[in-house]
Amino acid sequence: MCGIVGLFLKKDELRPQLGDLLTDMLITMTDRGPDSAGIAIYGDEGGTLKMTVQSDTPATSFAGLDAALSAALGAPVTMRVIDTHAVLTLPEGSDAAARSWLAERGIRVMGSGHAMEIFKEVGLPRDVAARFGIRGMGGSHGIGHTRMATESAVTTLGAHPFSTGADQCLVHNGSLSNHNQMRRVLTAKGFAPQTQNDTEVAACYISSRLAEGASLGAALEGTLEDLDGFFTFVVGTRTGFGVVRDPIACKPAVMAETEDYVAFGSEYRAFAKLPGIDTARVWEPEPATVYFWER
Amino acid sequence: MQTIDMAVTPLRDLNATLQTQAGQTNQTAWVIENPRGAHALAVGLDAPIEVTVKGSTGYYCAGMNKQATVHVTGSAGPGVAENMMSGTVVIEGDASQYAGATGHGGLLVIKGNAASRCGISMKGIDIVVHGNVGHMSAFMAQSGNLVVCGDAGDALGDSLYEARLFVRGSVKSLGADCIEKEMRPEHLEILRDLLARAGAEARPEEFRRYGSARQLYNFHVDHAGAY
Repeated sequence: MCGIVGLFLKKDELRPQLGDLLTDMLITMTDRGPDSAGIAIYGDEGGTLKMTVQSDTPATSFAGLDAALSAALGAPVTMRVIDTHAVLTLPEGSDAAARSWLAERGIRVMGSGHAMEIFKEVGLPRDVAARFGIRGMGGSHGIGHTRMATESAVTTLGAHPFSTGADQCLVHNGSLSNHNQMRRVLTAKGFAPQTQNDTEVAACYISSRLAEGASLGAALEGTLEDLDGFFTFVVGTRTGFGVVRDPIACKPAVMAETEDYVAFGSEYRAFAKLPGIDTARVWEPEPATVYFWER
Repeated sequence: MQTIDMAVTPLRDLNATLQTQAGQTNQTAWVIENPRGAHALAVGLDAPIEVTVKGSTGYYCAGMNKQATVHVTGSAGPGVAENMMSGTVVIEGDASQYAGATGHGGLLVIKGNAASRCGISMKGIDIVVHGNVGHMSAFMAQSGNLVVCGDAGDALGDSLYEARLFVRGSVKSLGADCIEKEMRPEHLEILRDLLARAGAEARPEEFRRYGSARQLYNFHVDHAGAY
């Protein structure tokens, strides 16, 4: 099972509603997976690097974090704490330094980039969305996932979306069967997954291909060659939104497009509250076919 | 005409109402509003009623249908008309995977495209798809007719028994034990009737017929003692 939703806006008018629309879409998919839920949202860019971090003990871990990290990096750092997560703004080029500093303090990095913020936790979509105030978040595009765990433990780090590159995220419905072998290949290339989760391997694979200079379309095509198993992937980048299904295409997928947006759902139910859905073009993405939209 | 609004009526109440319509009912026309992709909509019907679903449906719409005519004005999710026994199901839009699976009878019309595994293990149902069908359609199909006015995907009719497959467009590949067969007058007649009943504007002569080579399964009388 697992439920996926995605919304890519073509026009700016709906930007303030992005979080609200995505939240309703994701809650509708709750019975496809009640273990954990997460959303990646591509919001306003402030011209600085954003990093979403997580701690199981936010009260102590985040106390004075901005000042301490600022001192360590020698540049200003701001912090916005939201429940177990915090969004840090960092100076350009400080991603690696900040990650190693945070790792020493046991603080987990959910993702980083200029537009993307990621919020994910164990629990139902309704509860996770409420904890992070997803409804109030605006942006250009976003991806959500509600998980029925198969390949790794039900933990915050095992929740989707997975981000393994700047402004990149991936969600997955299915299970991969060659992820251990691919994990070794990717580790040798310097793209070591942090968890035992199969989906993170797919995210690392796409990040590695992009780092090699492949377009997102080519990287998604590569999943059909190099990844074995069942998958419907939805990916986000700073400006793009892509979908690919494995050739067998057991995992359900439906898409809708209007002049205002492109939407993805594991089921049509996820679209029921979208504006203009009654006149949208609705179709099922073809197996082994890459779909991609860019702003 | 009765109207049921799913924005206010729960799915189970709706299905229970439709399922209790007897053969002699005078309430023959029903309209379902706001389906919003709900699963298992209008399933298990067993009366000559006409149900129009205004919108798109989720999994298993019109499953196990007997006698009833179910018309979906939008698209249908996976498993539409699964195990249908009789009656008619019409989908104006597309149908997701395994449409008409295991159907024993009746007519399923998909005016858009059908995804993968359309008519898998069909056992007597007639399926007419105005558009294309995806891969593995009519897998292990036993009897009935699958008519595809567009193209068919990979492995059409894999491990086919005695269902007849008619395709107007291209076939990406044939599955194991599925071969093209001669189109004889009786097949043109079957096709003409199905196309007319499905409202498909196509001429029977434009189609090719595919069927089982009967090499994979053998109920050969000489082997009767071995079964």
